[in-house]
Amino acid sequence: MNVTVCVKRVPSTATRLKIAPEAKGIDESGIEFVINPYDEFAVEEALKIIEKAGGELTILTLGPESASKEIRTCLALGATKAVHLVSDDSFRDGLSVARALAEALQSIPSDLILLGRQAVDHDNAQVGLMIATLLGLPAVIDVVKVEISGSEATVEREVEGGARETYRLSLPCLLTAQKGLNEPRLPNLKGIMAAKKKPVAARPIGSFPNSQKLDRIELPAERSGGRIVGKGQDAVSELLRLLREEAKVI
Amino acid sequence: MSCIVAILEHHEGELRKVSGEVCSEAVRFARFAGANVVAVAAGSGAQTAARAVGRFGVAEAIALEGGALLSYSGEHYAAVLAAAIRSRDPSLILGGATGFGRDILPRLGAHLGVSLAADCVGVRAEGGKIEVRRPIFAGKAILTTTFVARPALVSLRPNVFAIEAQPVATKVETVAVADSAARAATLLGRKEEESSDRVDLAEAEIVVSGGRGLKNPETFKRLLEPLAQALGAAVGASRAVVDAGWRPHAEQVGQTGRTVAPKLYIACGISGAIQHLAGMRTARTIVAINKDPEAPIFKIADYGIVGDCEEILPVLTEAVRKLLGR
Repeated sequence: MNVTVCVKRVPSTATRLKIAPEAKGIDESGIEFVINPYDEFAVEEALKIIEKAGGELTILTLGPESASKEIRTCLALGATKAVHLVSDDSFRDGLSVARALAEALQSIPSDLILLGRQAVDHDNAQVGLMIATLLGLPAVIDVVKVEISGSEATVEREVEGGARETYRLSLPCLLTAQKGLNEPRLPNLKGIMAAKKKPVAARPIGSFPNSQKLDRIELPAERSGGRIVGKGQDAVSELLRLLREEAKVI
Repeated sequence: MSCIVAILEHHEGELRKVSGEVCSEAVRFARFAGANVVAVAAGSGAQTAARAVGRFGVAEAIALEGGALLSYSGEHYAAVLAAAIRSRDPSLILGGATGFGRDILPRLGAHLGVSLAADCVGVRAEGGKIEVRRPIFAGKAILTTTFVARPALVSLRPNVFAIEAQPVATKVETVAVADSAARAATLLGRKEEESSDRVDLAEAEIVVSGGRGLKNPETFKRLLEPLAQALGAAVGASRAVVDAGWRPHAEQVGQTGRTVAPKLYIACGISGAIQHLAGMRTARTIVAINKDPEAPIFKIADYGIVGDCEEILPVLTEAVRKLLGR
């Protein structure tokens, strides 16, 4: 059972964003970068699967050279090896990324490909399904439960309103991980030491044109909040009056 | 004449609210760009769904039924839609940024060879090109991009685009779809949350959200759910209470949960961590109830009440019931 997880390096969700000059990106100074939180669920699930079934776990990352830090973390957690498509910091849209990853995946034999449901930086939420479509693989997104039995996977997808759909897929297939799938482990010292010797194949990313060009990134308009209606339950009737007469929302 | 495709989302022929928003925006865009709109529905009930778009001013629709679409499959739906859409050579394809849109539109993009501009809050024609605006980092920043490939593939954030009723007669073309041998995931079943009458977060007009300030899961349920019910609102939750296991992840609002844009968002006992604020800051009106007057949530709230949720929420719920007669 060989599993490949696509992992992205992203700014931590606690980041307060600043926009870089010329508005083409974010100011990365002082930002803490982490493994995309949804990818952590994917890595954890992959570890559980290979611990049970045996086989290799490959990490596939498209990102700058500095993403080698996140790759090493995945290796420390128990991944077998990694492929790093080294990119510059230019803008890449969803299909461009999916094509680059799909091409790399063709030389990484995988029974199962896992990704996070979306990266918390650009929130594209499309790369997984695009890879699956390009490679002709069945795929289910937003999974919160995975069971592998022989050459089949049975998975639960979380859909709107908290409902769950159950799907069956034959391997090889692709899944994207939703929060709630598992509790990601932390690396231990032994893993960190072992990771230093694990192979990382780094190569420059090929040319995959964008279908969108980036015009600008900006901060949203500030909200002019801050009005305190009152204290305690005495303020309730005034609040409702404002919601009805001023905001006109109820 | 250029063509704009509106992808419909429906349940057994009954259109989802977001499809009204998608059709209305397609019609507005077509009026501006001098194009015609074709709505496309797939699956069981597609004809009924297709006939319903006349009320939004869409005069032409395609209903794809049968064969590979007999039961839901993202793989088959996307392939069939791609085939039907390709022959129209549209300049723009619009869909909803919902669970259905998330499952279909990326696959459609891969079939058509374009990336998806997901969860957009603005679409406009700029010098013959299509420019879109979308929140990134869950709303901490706004990204503007222009499509340099055709068609532009865009999903619209629910609750952002206005629905316009302007009835016309709709001509529906029904297409009988063949079976497919393509590999696909098989949907075995669906189980609803215990209370399936709940309002969905993404499409809710009002969201009542709770955090640590509600003290424990029991008070959360006792104080928040009746208020949500009285308002006809969806229940939301902060990451802290989801991580603590008080509430299911489906209710989480913020950067690792859902981003919402309701007309009214009531934050109860939520201090306002940056990843939470990102997910709800585009609500039209924000109300915060918190006992800490220094809580960051008050800085973006239109109306704040300083005080204990335990004291305020029952009074608010009762007052709402009286006001709305429920």
